[in-house]
Amino acid sequence: MSDIIRRDPRAEWIIRNRLHPLHDQYVSQEEGGEIRGPSGIIRKFPHKVGFIGPNGVKRIDRLKGNAASATGKRSSATQEVQLPLHQISSPEFYVVVVPDLVGGRLTSHDKDILGLAHKLISEHGGQGAVAALCFGEVKEEHFDLAGVDRLIHLNDPAFDGYAPEARVQALAYVDTQLTVKHWLFPDSVHGGADLGSRLAAKLGERPATQAWQVTAEQVVCRGASSSLDISRAMPRIAMLLEECGDAIDETRHEASSIEFADIPLLEGHIVDKGLMDVDPNAIPLAEAEFILSAGNGIHNWDQFHQAAATLGATEGASRVAVDDGFMPRIRQVGATGTWVTARVYIAVGISGAIQHMQGIGQVDKVVAINTDAGCDMVKRAALSVIGDSEEILSELMALVNAHRNQASSESEENSHAA
Amino acid sequence: MPHKIISLISVGRHPQSGRARRSDQDGRAVELGLKLSGSQLEVVHAGDSEEPVLRQYAGMGLAEITILEQDQSMDAVASLSTYLASRDADIVLTGVRSESGESSGMVPYILAEALGWPLVARVADIVEIKDGTAEVLLALPRGQRRAATVKLPFIATIDSAAQEARQSAYGPGLRANMVAQSGANELDELRANWSEAPAKPRPKRLKMVKAKTAADRFKAATAKPAGGSGKVMKNESTEEKAQAIFDLLIEEKVIR
Repeated sequence: MSDIIRRDPRAEWIIRNRLHPLHDQYVSQEEGGEIRGPSGIIRKFPHKVGFIGPNGVKRIDRLKGNAASATGKRSSATQEVQLPLHQISSPEFYVVVVPDLVGGRLTSHDKDILGLAHKLISEHGGQGAVAALCFGEVKEEHFDLAGVDRLIHLNDPAFDGYAPEARVQALAYVDTQLTVKHWLFPDSVHGGADLGSRLAAKLGERPATQAWQVTAEQVVCRGASSSLDISRAMPRIAMLLEECGDAIDETRHEASSIEFADIPLLEGHIVDKGLMDVDPNAIPLAEAEFILSAGNGIHNWDQFHQAAATLGATEGASRVAVDDGFMPRIRQVGATGTWVTARVYIAVGISGAIQHMQGIGQVDKVVAINTDAGCDMVKRAALSVIGDSEEILSELMALVNAHRNQASSESEENSHAA
Repeated sequence: MPHKIISLISVGRHPQSGRARRSDQDGRAVELGLKLSGSQLEVVHAGDSEEPVLRQYAGMGLAEITILEQDQSMDAVASLSTYLASRDADIVLTGVRSESGESSGMVPYILAEALGWPLVARVADIVEIKDGTAEVLLALPRGQRRAATVKLPFIATIDSAAQEARQSAYGPGLRANMVAQSGANELDELRANWSEAPAKPRPKRLKMVKAKTAADRFKAATAKPAGGSGKVMKNESTEEKAQAIFDLLIEEKVIR
């Protein structure tokens, strides 16, 4: 089609002549309005539909504006959607959630409970706010999207490490300072169940444990090693199982912080002596936290075992490495082997067959060391390093050894100074 | 001087058949108690003295079991706390959670609060008791262990990572002495108002797609899960690559 605009003298004449029988139809056509046919039904004027594309061809957008924007790159740039802000200016009461924060981040269990807390507030009615109470170091960046209206972050060194006595005193202090309608804890081995039980014993409340169906009035708990459903009135303190509620995903929240200065703490009876060194290969592969996994790209197996020992990582392997006899069958990661749940997974020389990717589906951070930049593992990984695995592993071991030596010499200096 | 150690036991439930059995974690608590004080160990149960399961515990080599006789609907905490207050124990061992009843795991916490003792949860082992403090190993998730010291007296809940309970011998179990005392008769009033039913299977969570248009739904059904666009290092030197991995490991705290 040419760019020349053709005039239609007849149409112009009809538009000028208000007494022409077709005058109304032509005017409404010009304005883009509806056109009525002789029998009164609405007609579409096909020449008015669509728009002229960049190369002069007429385009009809049947996706109603949902297609990727034509300008710029062809990749569909994801637009940052600003979710509506949920604001509580002066809360009448609080529902306090004490998340586990495994590794400093909210787990999916924590997010479910935050969502449930909002559900409880809407059932109670009134201006209630969800407060998250966190101890120690926090790496989570999206408290606002997880549904946290108020954030209570207690960062005193007294709460670091294993300090259940100090923590429960802080919780009891917060309980006296705020009007707390419910305390919600994850019923998990990460410390949520322990802390919740301690608080319940301290406040003399009877908590709902292993709760999985929660409303403002009633709660259903598992009992007798999950063979019994106990229905009871919702108490003030509840420890909740996984998938008890739906996480927040349609609103943004303030996550403004509430400060508590000078929490009175009594001397505890329990002294934390730190984590013990455990033989990483004695930990079952399915629950290991840190896995160094080898595939077809490994040629120096002695160095691989040495690297795993130096890093303190549990050893894993792909199917090829197991079939070739370099690793035992119990070390195989993937659909036919073990489905791992590690937080950090280093895949050395594994290109990433789909069966292997299924096995690492629950892993948080994958690090790929590979010679092929186009393989599937690189697409999955948070950090990919393209190069020879032998060189990179030896360099990494040198770094870790230097770090360990430095740490031990520092601690020696400290002990001398003391 | 030997330390006075008391293990609390309960009636367990076999996970498949549902039969009454020696509770797994309580068995481990008795095992740990036997390791620490041998025949001096005192084993206490609050409930029915005719219960045959108690013979399975006794078969682990116990000469006698103390039973605080009470009905099933009564509160076990009341009789246990008055009994423990009178016994002047150093360490009380329990399981984390009972396998029958409410199984809230609250009994040790309420006892600790009532006696004013510290409580250590999920103990894998008690390594040493010296000068009025005990060195304990705590079981953490993912097979990790934490060392801690606690002042005596204290209550410890024993995790499933502790030493497995030894096999129970039938004959010695039958010959063991069951010493019954009358326990406190306090009705568990809150629990009387609860309704109990066999556990319903929990519904699996479905993946909800909150798409507004057909195009969005199509995208959600067909698109691969967005692989978080990771950082790719290709042309850097080997040192820089190794340093990047090392920094990530330090940030994730897997290297200490």
